Amino acid sequence: MQIATRHLDKITIFDISGDIDLATSPQLRKALLHEFRELKMPRVVLNLGAVRYIDSSGVASLVEGLKASRDVGSRFILFGLNRTVREVLQLSKLVRIFEIYEDEAQSVAP
Amino acid sequence: MSRSSLLLKIELRSNPEMLCIVRNALGQLAAMLGFAETDCNAVVLAVDEALTNIIRHAYLGDAEQPIEASFHRIHAPHEGESGDALEIVLEDRGVTVNPEKMCGRALEDVRPGGLGLHFIRESMDTVEFSRGNGRNRLTLRKFLHVHKSEKGS
Repeated sequence: MQIATRHLDKITIFDISGDIDLATSPQLRKALLHEFRELKMPRVVLNLGAVRYIDSSGVASLVEGLKASRDVGSRFILFGLNRTVREVLQLSKLVRIFEIYEDEAQSVAP
Repeated sequence: MSRSSLLLKIELRSNPEMLCIVRNALGQLAAMLGFAETDCNAVVLAVDEALTNIIRHAYLGDAEQPIEASFHRIHAPHEGESGDALEIVLEDRGVTVNPEKMCGRALEDVRPGGLGLHFIRESMDTVEFSRGNGRNRLTLRKFLHVHKSEKGS
């Protein structure tokens, strides 16, 4: 898994690629918690368009990111979910708790 | 009556870096057997989660312990019918898994952790756990084509 970081005004955008699994999810978790807890970013957007695979540890990292965002009153947004990622989130029945958009334009809109 | 033929056997260390190797091999194997893409993804997810559980819970994160994964094509009864299935057997020499911990958790309880077992059960047709000779053994089955049993089969 690779994380590329972009900044747009007060929005952090993470472009994630590769597999989010037991080996890589700690890296994602650390990046998300840093943005919310240390930097207090008002909005963090995750571009999941190039993610090939996500497992329960990856979903758990997303849930931790969501909780951290709520703790500091920020928004945590996902977009670009492909079929594989969407199937796993739906299987987890946690898909409803996330703010999910189709594309980046919707995700960064005021 | 069940028939079984070994398709693939992998001996790996309990290193999280190995998970993507198993996923890639299994994804191609499931596709070769004729599983639809959604079912291939389901089988890969279930095995990945089972291996994750072995690494985290049976071996407590030790990355150098042995895991055996064997993949069989079987013909077996299933819900009053019979069919071809992919059977995956995962064996480890880790600590005994507490059956109490095999219950997962309520999905309404939104928090990290506990999802893996839910994914395994939702993704596979049968899930069996046993312990013997110092080994944990998890047997997962995903059926391909289920059809009515023929007399004498």
